[in-house]
Amino acid sequence: MTQSVVVQVGQCGNQVGCRFWDLALREHSHVNKKGIYDEALSSFFRNVDSRRGVGGSCDITGGRIQSLKARAVLVDMEEGVVNEILQGPLRELFDSTQLITDVSGSGNNWAVGHWTYGSAYREQIVDQLRRAAEHCDCLQCFFLIHSMGGGTGSGLGTCVLKLLEEEFPEVCRIVTSVYPSAEDDVVTSPYNSVLAMRELTEHADCVLPVENQSLVDIVNKIKHMSHSGKPGSVIKKDSAIISGQGGVSGAEKPFDAMNNIVANLLLNITSSARFEGSLNMDLNEIAMNLVPFPRLHYLVPSLTPLYTLADVNIPTRRLDQMFTDAFSKDHQLIRADPKHSLYLACALMVRGNVQVSDLRRNIERLKPMLPFVSWNQEGWKTGLCSVPPVGHSHSLLALANNTCVKSTFMELRDRFTKLYRKKAHMHHYLHVDGMEQGCFTEAISSLSSLIEEYSQLDATKDRLMPDAARLNIAT
Amino acid sequence: MSIVTVQLGQCGNQVGQELFEVISNDANDTQRKVYSECSSERFFNETANRELVARSVLIDMEPKVISQSIAKTAKSGKWRYGDRSHFSQKQGSGNNWANGYCVHGPRHEEVVMDIVRREVEHCDCLAGIVAMMSVAGGTGSGVGTYVTQCLRDAYPNSFILNHLTWPYGTGEVIVQNYNSVLTLSHLYQLSDAILVHENDTVHKICAQLMNIKHISFRDVNKVIAHQLGSVLQPALTGDSHGIYNRNPIGELMSSLVCHPEYKLLSVCNIPQVSSSSMAYSMFTWPGLLKHLRQMLIANSKMEEGIDWQVRAPSLQPEGIKRTGSHRRPGFNTSLANLLILRGKDVNNAEISGFQHPSLYTPWLPADEAFSMWKTPVPFNKYEKSAILVSNSQTLLRPLDNMVGKAWNMFASRAYIHQYTKFGISEEDFLDSFTSLEQVISSYSQL
Repeated sequence: MTQSVVVQVGQCGNQVGCRFWDLALREHSHVNKKGIYDEALSSFFRNVDSRRGVGGSCDITGGRIQSLKARAVLVDMEEGVVNEILQGPLRELFDSTQLITDVSGSGNNWAVGHWTYGSAYREQIVDQLRRAAEHCDCLQCFFLIHSMGGGTGSGLGTCVLKLLEEEFPEVCRIVTSVYPSAEDDVVTSPYNSVLAMRELTEHADCVLPVENQSLVDIVNKIKHMSHSGKPGSVIKKDSAIISGQGGVSGAEKPFDAMNNIVANLLLNITSSARFEGSLNMDLNEIAMNLVPFPRLHYLVPSLTPLYTLADVNIPTRRLDQMFTDAFSKDHQLIRADPKHSLYLACALMVRGNVQVSDLRRNIERLKPMLPFVSWNQEGWKTGLCSVPPVGHSHSLLALANNTCVKSTFMELRDRFTKLYRKKAHMHHYLHVDGMEQGCFTEAISSLSSLIEEYSQLDATKDRLMPDAARLNIAT
Repeated sequence: MSIVTVQLGQCGNQVGQELFEVISNDANDTQRKVYSECSSERFFNETANRELVARSVLIDMEPKVISQSIAKTAKSGKWRYGDRSHFSQKQGSGNNWANGYCVHGPRHEEVVMDIVRREVEHCDCLAGIVAMMSVAGGTGSGVGTYVTQCLRDAYPNSFILNHLTWPYGTGEVIVQNYNSVLTLSHLYQLSDAILVHENDTVHKICAQLMNIKHISFRDVNKVIAHQLGSVLQPALTGDSHGIYNRNPIGELMSSLVCHPEYKLLSVCNIPQVSSSSMAYSMFTWPGLLKHLRQMLIANSKMEEGIDWQVRAPSLQPEGIKRTGSHRRPGFNTSLANLLILRGKDVNNAEISGFQHPSLYTPWLPADEAFSMWKTPVPFNKYEKSAILVSNSQTLLRPLDNMVGKAWNMFASRAYIHQYTKFGISEEDFLDSFTSLEQVISSYSQL
């Protein structure tokens, strides 16, 4: 069994990370009734004897759970969020050494996060990463969680990404990036996002983009459903993907509902690596199968079902409905409609009581409606994990490498250009040591060429591409 | 003479385990002592405490499958795997042939070959090595190819038979066609013969013949094991005078693989019925053989849905060279066939239908193209079974499809960076494509 380390950077990254650890504990306690420290737990948690001193090499393998420590590194340049974590019910999960903080924050400035704090904290960060890696028997993946619009998550987060590539080139880097909505209140978010995009394109193995607006829409949809008062519409309390019910933390904080969705995404993507199933899908297989060209590694996630109805007399939603929903616009975590764009590859990670025959039947059914690129007509990667998430009997996570991300990137480019044309706020960036005009032009050019690559693939969409001429053998 | 099997990757290990189950059940089932002893000697090593230990080496890059296999067999009590006959790592090959072949293979070569050596030394006399793997993933295919290379180097005079499982056409792994192309092209140089089972075909057998409702991989693997077991269990060759053949793999090779360009073998085994229908079924040799012959020439893998319209071409009179135009559409031309009959009244079976020259390619005399083995001992509870191991055009279409899809993907260079980062270049891909196009061309012209 392999281990993964979570690196959460910035306010958003840490808040989402917090929800992730809470829900992970909830999930494992649901499954692990005997309190034994098993292989599944070890993928994200260490088992230590806390009497033996802080941060020491006193890992205990197997046997009963003594004290769980998260395999995580928490980075934030202001203390508010991390302090909250340290005072909250999850404080036992983290050693003080796993936290790297400063006081003044990055002021929503990518350059400050990336260059100023990046160089100041480089050694400390590398140290903590190394330490976390050493505690792992077989480290397979780093999960980086951050937002794109701010200063720390975006700037320092992408600096950490570069460090991960330098120090651990063989370990997979999966980045969950929260993209700002159009109505974002941070004026400079387009700059920060585009500057960060370049780093993601160059240094990440896979990126799971998530848009705040989509999360808001999903939250509203669920709330609407549960408040609609229609008979039979009562939702099982802990089943909604926005719910933190049953976790360790108490009352819900703002943004918790949205962050829970992202936390659930991470739980589902790692489910097959943690729990057994008839068709395992390891994390390194995700990158292998879904990334046909190194820069095109943006995978649109969609999660179904969003909730389970509480009333057991209502027939459970048919399995097939779950598969159909996964491809509907409402369930995507970015504002895009993959059905009307081109699929380069698609992964379906199923959890719960689903058989190979169900999977194959649904793929056959949905295939005709989904446009796949000509050289990957059967571009499906499937995984079956037998353990369902809390509150559900089955669930599905779809990861689509689809050209619909182009529209998100084009919007971002437009917002960037609006500011850049007027050179608005640029002096804040250029004042920072290490930052130059060139960084801006390179970043926007990288984004443009990425969009161009997607466009070229899109152009092949409705054309019937002939099969490539085969080699001729002299007879 | 004994056979050592090497089980590679998840598929190789799962199918391998079912194979030993089938063989052990078959050998225990029968009243015939000589047959049982021969089978036991061939596949198992008997320890001092009368335990049967499979002559098998288990290799995988992640631990789950092997531990499950070992635990399951230990529990059954009928036979078990050797305590030190397995090797696994913590992290798989990620569906990447290059990772398996260039990284994991060399890294673990010494340890793996050590285990193989120990297993071979336990044999009084080595009949050959059977390597079992799938072609779609990363370990079975990549590590499997590398290990085959090591086996070839270490045992240059032994027979190596590779048993391959081809994936579902609609895909289990997106890069399966790349992995398959790389595996097949390399194995073609290293292996003596390549025996293939396709998941699609076996799935159909499960669905239509055996009436299984929710087909699992376990069902598929059991059918494969049954078919493979029916080929490898003891049998009497034409000239053996009542003694079970001591050199089964060698005989298989010399019967079927007379030319290095033609190494692809397939298996047909009839009858295949669900265990519930077995009690009510009556089979006769004429019936079985008629179906089997038509299955061969019409390229069908099952007793149902055979196209009876396909007929063998009529022969030209002597002296007129047959050209390609004589070939009827849908007709499957064979290079060589091996018919194995197991069960009651084998000596009364009329097999001349398989010896007719019209079934075979013209450049090989028909009496060299056909061989037969038989044994009066029934196999695996089937009163009569007829098995055809065939070197024919059966695999031509699936192979062509696989290469076509891989080539299309290669034309856009999709996923190639995943392979180049481990050391497989575009040149290597081109070489592989070229070798397989050659194989396709050779088989097309049979």
